[in-house]
Amino acid sequence: MISIGERINGMFTDVKNAIKNKDATVVQELAKQQTEAGATYLDINVGTEAADQLDAMKWLVEVTQEAVKTPIAIDSQKLDVIKAGLEVVKNEVMINSAQGDPETLDTYMQLAKQHNAALICLTMNKEGIPQDVDNRVAIAMTIVEKATEHGMDMDKIFIDPILLTVNVDQKQPAYMLEVFSQIKLLSDPPPHITVGLSNFSQGTKEKSLLNRTFLTMAIAAGMDTALMDVLDTDLMDAAICSEMILNKQIYSDSFLKAARQ
Amino acid sequence: MQIASVEEKWAGVVKEVTIGATKEEGGTREKVVTIGGAKCIPFMDFDGNQGNRPVIAMDVYDVPPEDWSEPLLKNYRDVVNDAAGWAKKCVEEYGADLICLKLDGTHPDKGNKSSDDAVKTVKSVLEAVKVPLIIWGCENDEKDNEVLPKVSEAAAGERCLLGGATQENYKTITAVCLADGHNLITQAPVDINIGKQVNILVTDLGFPLDRIVMFQTTGALGYGIEYCYSIHERGRIAALSGDGQMATPVICDVGHEAWRAKEAKATDEEAPQWGSFAERGIMWETITATTLLQSGVDIIRMYHPQAVSIVKDHIDQLSGKGS
Repeated sequence: MISIGERINGMFTDVKNAIKNKDATVVQELAKQQTEAGATYLDINVGTEAADQLDAMKWLVEVTQEAVKTPIAIDSQKLDVIKAGLEVVKNEVMINSAQGDPETLDTYMQLAKQHNAALICLTMNKEGIPQDVDNRVAIAMTIVEKATEHGMDMDKIFIDPILLTVNVDQKQPAYMLEVFSQIKLLSDPPPHITVGLSNFSQGTKEKSLLNRTFLTMAIAAGMDTALMDVLDTDLMDAAICSEMILNKQIYSDSFLKAARQ
Repeated sequence: MQIASVEEKWAGVVKEVTIGATKEEGGTREKVVTIGGAKCIPFMDFDGNQGNRPVIAMDVYDVPPEDWSEPLLKNYRDVVNDAAGWAKKCVEEYGADLICLKLDGTHPDKGNKSSDDAVKTVKSVLEAVKVPLIIWGCENDEKDNEVLPKVSEAAAGERCLLGGATQENYKTITAVCLADGHNLITQAPVDINIGKQVNILVTDLGFPLDRIVMFQTTGALGYGIEYCYSIHERGRIAALSGDGQMATPVICDVGHEAWRAKEAKATDEEAPQWGSFAERGIMWETITATTLLQSGVDIIRMYHPQAVSIVKDHIDQLSGKGS
């Protein structure tokens, strides 16, 4: 699966302090560890407390790509912060994320095409996050239509149906699995499906177990990428096992090792 | 009406392996052979680059074959006691791209030739022909571990293809191939999981993936070809889908398997209803080879010169180069 490492985020205290003190070592160490753990992309989010978010994003991107060549996912809800990151990024890049309103999608898809970037699109719009299956799929359909209109390769589109915390509304996880199955049918080839996995277990006592259990169920339903804690070895191994069980990787006695290489 | 494209997009590529080394490269070959490099399933050139053309290796033995039927033996009767002459005939008269020297005579039950004998044979074949060499042990682990290191050393620098490493016996042959600069055959008993496992085991010893050729024990037409076909096909699709450990070229053993089928051996008197004895074996070998070509193979080991000629022509036609 395509894993997006979540640790370079200003919401974590170590990264917040690193941004404040311009301490590249902390960020670069996280970049290396996540790359070694198998991250396909490294998410970079400045958090909410940086004094100058544009400057912080540029700095984080620059110091990260000094340490590793892993593609970067520039993560912000603000367009100008994303643009600041795109200005300095050198390698393959992903934009995280655009909301699902048609006008917003136009803006972000033009930007993505300009930078040959992958784009995460959320199934939410001005009316908020849908709480049911049908409205999520309807927004996903808008995203797929817009991508086709903009001539975007479906391989560059990552639809995020927004995974809510399990202890808030226990109907939601089952809805999500249904949404994944339906999104896969929207186009051929289908877009990627992604979630912010750690959000699932926020505020619970069994974070790692909940995350990996949902991950295996989600992979079976068609989800193929996630913003996740790639440093959680059990979680990464569960993803490898799920894909092997689904015949996406040929079994061998050393299949975990082979997949980690 | 717009017709939907059936073009497939593949993320992976089969690694290229070069067999043989010229004088400039430290060997004595006049010709080297590069296989692999496919970026799409076989002969679907509209999907992508097919990579290098599949090649034919003709088998040569260090002992005279005991059970060959007349339509096959008649092509080699003058050379069965002389591996060098046999190899020369295969290259000069029959158009072999490579020679596969099978050291069956070193097997304890088939003559138990010494490693010195094997070294002499290998050297004589290397002198007789200037195409690259595949050297295959006798498939007795203990004897192979004794013979192959000496043979490997004697052919050091020639970048041969040595076989075979198995799940139970891979360390010695991997180490000597690494030391002497040869390529390596990884072998599995019609089992894709073990095939992949052997690749992981030898690469764990530091052997580079771009010097490995995989071998799944071949089944001939009527004798398990479908198992072999589906394994090759699945392996190739995995390679093209990005499974690095499966992204190696593949060798198959068509000659030996086809010519031990009863259909290739039964005489006109024994099986009058089966068609001409003189042609049956050739067709059996040809159909086995052409079928496996579609499954994704890069080296085909063959026996009969006429089958070789038909299969080469067939490859040309499938590659858009034939008449």
